[in-house]
Amino acid sequence: MTLARRIIPCLDVDAGRVVKGVEFQGLRDMGDPAELAARYNVEGADELVVLDISASHQGRSTFLDTIRRVAEQLNIPLTAGGGIRKMEEGRAVLLAGADKVTVNTAAVQRPELISELSQQFGAQAVVLSLDVKRKGDSWEAYTRGGRDATGLDAAAWAAEAVSRGAGEILLTSIDRDGTCSGFDCELTAKIAATVSVPVIASGGASTFEDFADVFLKGCADAALAASIFHMETQSIAALKKFLAGRGVPVRTSR
Amino acid sequence: MKIAIVDYGAGNLPSVERALRKLGAETERAVEPQQVASAGAIVLPGVGHFAAFVAGLRERNLTESLRAAHDSGVPILGICLGLQAMFASSEEAPGEPGLGFFPEEVSALPTNVKSPHIGWNQVRRVQESALLRGIPEDAYFYFAHSYAAPASAAPTVAACDHGVSFAAVIEHRNAKGSLFGVQFHPEKSGETGALVLRNFVESVRGERTESMT
Repeated sequence: MTLARRIIPCLDVDAGRVVKGVEFQGLRDMGDPAELAARYNVEGADELVVLDISASHQGRSTFLDTIRRVAEQLNIPLTAGGGIRKMEEGRAVLLAGADKVTVNTAAVQRPELISELSQQFGAQAVVLSLDVKRKGDSWEAYTRGGRDATGLDAAAWAAEAVSRGAGEILLTSIDRDGTCSGFDCELTAKIAATVSVPVIASGGASTFEDFADVFLKGCADAALAASIFHMETQSIAALKKFLAGRGVPVRTSR
Repeated sequence: MKIAIVDYGAGNLPSVERALRKLGAETERAVEPQQVASAGAIVLPGVGHFAAFVAGLRERNLTESLRAAHDSGVPILGICLGLQAMFASSEEAPGEPGLGFFPEEVSALPTNVKSPHIGWNQVRRVQESALLRGIPEDAYFYFAHSYAAPASAAPTVAACDHGVSFAAVIEHRNAKGSLFGVQFHPEKSGETGALVLRNFVESVRGERTESMT
């Protein structure tokens, strides 16, 4: 009996469409969120993450609508977030059909947000989204989609968030994001050893070997990727078969 | 036969509702005691804190009506916190009584493993199970919880190990009626989870037919 390592596709959503950020070129349209969700549900994804990357005030109701449309397609867990500032916004995301809500910027500004959400909905429903950049021998937490340095040590902030009731850490290496150079296993192992909750590694996934590394060396509980799945360059079923062959426990049945 | 899904003011009801309707079940959200009393079967879904959950039931006068429904033979399925609430109490909320169908206390998962226990895990069959009928031994189920009922509890039909052995599936039949519980989320456990719900629906359909003839 083993807890399976999870493979999690991520949908970055702007104005109701899945998008991919292309450096210096803005956003490229990757499709309809509900269609992609239905595909991943069938292909064996263990969970789905939907992030509102516009996080604008006027886009909020569009995002809730996206969550509803995505949730209808799924019989696996759904995590959603992006720009959640208040408890009521978190509640709206959960009522729209998400099982977990991610928080980042607002939680750095007001860590009580984590405690409030956790007390109301349970630790299993609160995910700290932790975007980090390497700084010398450690890592620094960033907010606002990687734009603002916080001065917070990533490991220390992760530990505080967990003590306040975060039930999971979604850890993104800004240095690796979009580079296709593999997950930052050193960073993932560091955070996984620091906190008592599951860690989802994100940023840099390209090959099957990258996923094996982040589970075997990075001690990740789950690995998240976006474009390699959207582009159908890698299939989830083939990835899981590869991981099973490498001794990583994965869920292969549906 | 109508299945009442107990709405205690929080929790992700739509996914449970959707999963049951896909199986052709007729569902109703029960917010009032008489909806519970008149149901053919009851699903008690729950996420969050034990105290908020049992308080939510109590404030809506649902605690007594759930006990009465069980006494009059209505089958009940508890999901996640709904399973935990079927026990006497929880370490999460000392002094807050559960429904008390079973005498044990629900405990926190140990600190030597990651908690919450989040993700897909397998279960170990310890007794014949109606809910797991037709499901392969190595199937995975989606768990998301920090507390659990002990595997040693009498109604445990399948256990899961995460630092400790806990009750993953419970089933209990007595002269009054049937109680079922799953610590995992069947509505989030893919095709396998849908099969668990189908087994529940078919099992209670069978029971109701029997009791009417």
